[in-house]
Amino acid sequence: MDFPFELLINAVIAGLLLGGFYAAVTVGISLSFGMLDIVNIAHPAFIIVGSYIAYILNVTYGFDPILSAIVVLPLFYALGWAIYQIYYHSFEKRGRDSMRGFSFFFGLLFIAEVSLILVFGVDYRYVEARYVGPAIHFGFVDLPYRMMVPCAVSLLMFAALQLFIKRTFIGRAILAVSQDQLALQLMAVDPVRIKRIAFALSIATASIAGACLIVIQPLEPSVGREYIGRVFAIAVLGGLNSLPGTLVGAILLGVIESITATFYGPSWAPAVAFGCLLLTLAFRPAGLFGR
Amino acid sequence: MSQRNFAILAILVAAAVLGAFLLIRQEYLFVAGYIVLQYVVLATAWNILGGYMGYINFGAAAFFAMGAYGTVVIQKLFPMPPMIVLIIAGGIIAGVVGLVMGYLTLRLRGAFFAIATLALAVVLQTLITNWGFVGGSRGAYIVRPPQAPLLETYVQYLFLVMLVLSVLALITARAIERSRLGYGFATIRDDELAAESSGVPTLKLKLIATTLSGAMMGMAGAPFPYYINYLDPGSGFNLAFAINAIAMPVIGGTTSWLGPLIGAVLLGSIQQYATVAISSAADLSNLIVGVLLVLFVIIAPHGIVGMFRRSARGPGH
Repeated sequence: MDFPFELLINAVIAGLLLGGFYAAVTVGISLSFGMLDIVNIAHPAFIIVGSYIAYILNVTYGFDPILSAIVVLPLFYALGWAIYQIYYHSFEKRGRDSMRGFSFFFGLLFIAEVSLILVFGVDYRYVEARYVGPAIHFGFVDLPYRMMVPCAVSLLMFAALQLFIKRTFIGRAILAVSQDQLALQLMAVDPVRIKRIAFALSIATASIAGACLIVIQPLEPSVGREYIGRVFAIAVLGGLNSLPGTLVGAILLGVIESITATFYGPSWAPAVAFGCLLLTLAFRPAGLFGR
Repeated sequence: MSQRNFAILAILVAAAVLGAFLLIRQEYLFVAGYIVLQYVVLATAWNILGGYMGYINFGAAAFFAMGAYGTVVIQKLFPMPPMIVLIIAGGIIAGVVGLVMGYLTLRLRGAFFAIATLALAVVLQTLITNWGFVGGSRGAYIVRPPQAPLLETYVQYLFLVMLVLSVLALITARAIERSRLGYGFATIRDDELAAESSGVPTLKLKLIATTLSGAMMGMAGAPFPYYINYLDPGSGFNLAFAINAIAMPVIGGTTSWLGPLIGAVLLGSIQQYATVAISSAADLSNLIVGVLLVLFVIIAPHGIVGMFRRSARGPGH
């Protein structure tokens, strides 16, 4: 039997595009979990909320989903700000009782998902935009705009965040708070304020990631669960507190998933993400690039 | 109270509940009661690892499903197996999965352990979904035996089975709490590093806890296919099991056997009531659980039991 190279190349390219998008989905976790040590297991649920907001604005007013995500970005920032306030006062300040912090986010995850189900039902929803249908063809390679636009938007957002963290004072303070909170206090910077900004930013990314998601595929509220494993797999693979590591992890997982789905069928794809996560956690908990 | 007296008391209470239900002769009571008792076992099992040792398991549904699918496999191979065999088999399968999970996650603490359990649940679900023998994604039908042993209807019999399991789970949990094992778990919860350096065999204790907790969840799952007659991956691995297994002990209180019991009876009954009283209740009862969980961890971090303990000791403690 001939090895189907055309299929493989198409799968790899689709995986690369998917990986770019995964980077946007994961960057919020890299910020909150990787840098702030806040296990925001509800992050995928916020992404789905972002998808539905883009969907509402698209269906009722005909707005472009990605532009509307940028418009509601401040709302998500405010939401993240508020959640961090509650989290800080109820859990972080009281000490190292991590169990209740987890349960808090696990509860938020359920509230977000079930509220969406109660309002919108479990039908699959999708958005209309000029770039949802068509594709470019190079020989046997298909490049659907539906994948390319989210990938480009995701990479732009990713680059902007990386620049923000490396170049601005607040960005560097976020890096510092992830390394040594006490030292930051000695420099007369309030670590709680920095963490609040970072967490709010992490939730803000969910708005854009959500819009990208609903451009890529029609979805219903429980799709978010699939992404819990994915985002943590990518974040752990990438070594948690480095954004470039996250990008590599995202692209790696995108390619592996895409190849699995092409050759073994899509029902095996979720096991790949979680399997990678389990193996990484069991054998290389510091991530691929960890020391 | 000594261990033996507690066991006698638990059996008496259980017998009283069964007697009262039989007197009322409402079949629905048994249907709803089965689910509540199933949650008593699940919550108690979760609490052994989560409450006593401080390791959070997001994958309770997977262990439960291992027990349920164990039943499907056995009754495909041997028609009409006795219930006790199914329950023991479910316990062994889920216990082995727990042991393997313990080995895989030995080096992980806190958040990483919790995420690994979630990952394990999805991997297992994917395996089952792609396994044709147990029905794959289509699911499998399970035929109840024509006659119910001991009681009038089969649902009543299932209720009795789950009642016995609940009593056993509570006795086990209380025994652990007051044994060297329980103190060992507590040292791990409070400070794993300190426990290890003072000679507590943390490794062994972790494996015991993951195995025992998993086995109990599997036992709770074993009779489930007979209860719903039709099992597919979506119902076996239902995320509602996972969130209830966490929410019930956390809301009831995680430090003693009483917390999961109170949480399970309270939350379980609310959900069963919502199922009858309101339409689209499955989603609504999930919402109730989510909201209560968030409220309780913020307002009453030690659960219902903690609220009473504190007021009993008076202010200032």
